[in-house]
Amino acid sequence: MYNGGKIIIGLIIFLGFSTLPFLFSLGKAVAKPDPRIDTPEIQKMAEKKCVESKQFMKTEHMVILNDWRDAVVRDGLRLYKAKDGKMYDMSLQNTCMKCHSSKKKFCDQCHNYVAVKPYCWDCHIAPQEGT
Amino acid sequence: MGINRRDFLKIAGASALAGIGGASGLVLAKSGALEASQYTDDPKGLKAKRWAIAIDMQKFQTPEDYAKVMNVCHTIHNVPEIANPKQEIKWIWTESYEHAFASQDYANPYIQDYLKKKPFLVFCNHCDNPPCVRVCPTQATFKRKSDGIVMMDMHRCIGCRFCMAGCPYGARSFNWKDPRPFIKKVNPEFPARMKGVVEKCTLCYERLAVGLIPACVEASNGGMIFGDLNDPNSDVRKVLASRYSIRRKPELGTTPSVFYIIGGQ
Repeated sequence: MYNGGKIIIGLIIFLGFSTLPFLFSLGKAVAKPDPRIDTPEIQKMAEKKCVESKQFMKTEHMVILNDWRDAVVRDGLRLYKAKDGKMYDMSLQNTCMKCHSSKKKFCDQCHNYVAVKPYCWDCHIAPQEGT
Repeated sequence: MGINRRDFLKIAGASALAGIGGASGLVLAKSGALEASQYTDDPKGLKAKRWAIAIDMQKFQTPEDYAKVMNVCHTIHNVPEIANPKQEIKWIWTESYEHAFASQDYANPYIQDYLKKKPFLVFCNHCDNPPCVRVCPTQATFKRKSDGIVMMDMHRCIGCRFCMAGCPYGARSFNWKDPRPFIKKVNPEFPARMKGVVEKCTLCYERLAVGLIPACVEASNGGMIFGDLNDPNSDVRKVLASRYSIRRKPELGTTPSVFYIIGGQ
């Protein structure tokens, strides 16, 4: 192998750089996201249930929010009939966040963990973080 | 040990079918998550073919008459108060006769003196033929087919400001900076806007949807008359039928939905 020494040293340096992010977090446990649904508003509810089932909301909440947005703003339709027949006002500020009254302890938990930055809050007003 | 051509083709065909079938099965299972039939409008909501507002100029005498109407709008819609006139945001404001009715002033410079001295309330005219809608490249501003409101969809606005160039009434404002620090008292029921979008009066679509009349009309104490322009029995048509009124820049063919009543009974 021509220039074997240089190549091997180069490879070692490259490997070192490319694994740097892993080496840095080696052995350190990153806190798991812990979205809290124990706001005072939710605790007051007789039946602790979101608009749709927990599993559906976990995987499809972004779809619901996008569809709600289009229905309200573009079509002027404001009421949502959930799969169980209950009616809801389609509003992020006035429906979702009335129960999930802490953005920090609910939305941000998972969004920060997976490093997604939804632009909802550029315009929409998050509820005041309680004590 | 070999595989002949015939067997290979059979296996390849079967696995392709299984792959397509499986994928489409997954897609089918996922679709139908939300149905359009789940969305309805509020039965409380006010409905019309074309909303219009007539402003009775005789009812606006003191500066307070104007201020209360403008303040209520800007408060409930989280409109920021930016002092710099080049960056200010306004949904409803006052303009002199000379500016608001430039062509009328030119056509008849000898009109009554009191009109020339009076401030006029101006806001989006919710035109029947809105130039801002025609120029918007993303349809962020659009005319609602149901009631003629010229709406803004802030989610789509890219801040190109074509609509501001298109609007002959200056009814639109651009957010040159983040408006949030300039909102004196935030209304948590209504969104604010972000840097880089255009905003304007939306004829209180959020109030109409739940059966309330626009906030300015409510605050005006009868100074503004609201109704369906397509209904001859509506309040606005009755007042327009009985008293002399003018519209801003009618020669442009935008056919505004805002009327100024300047005549007597």
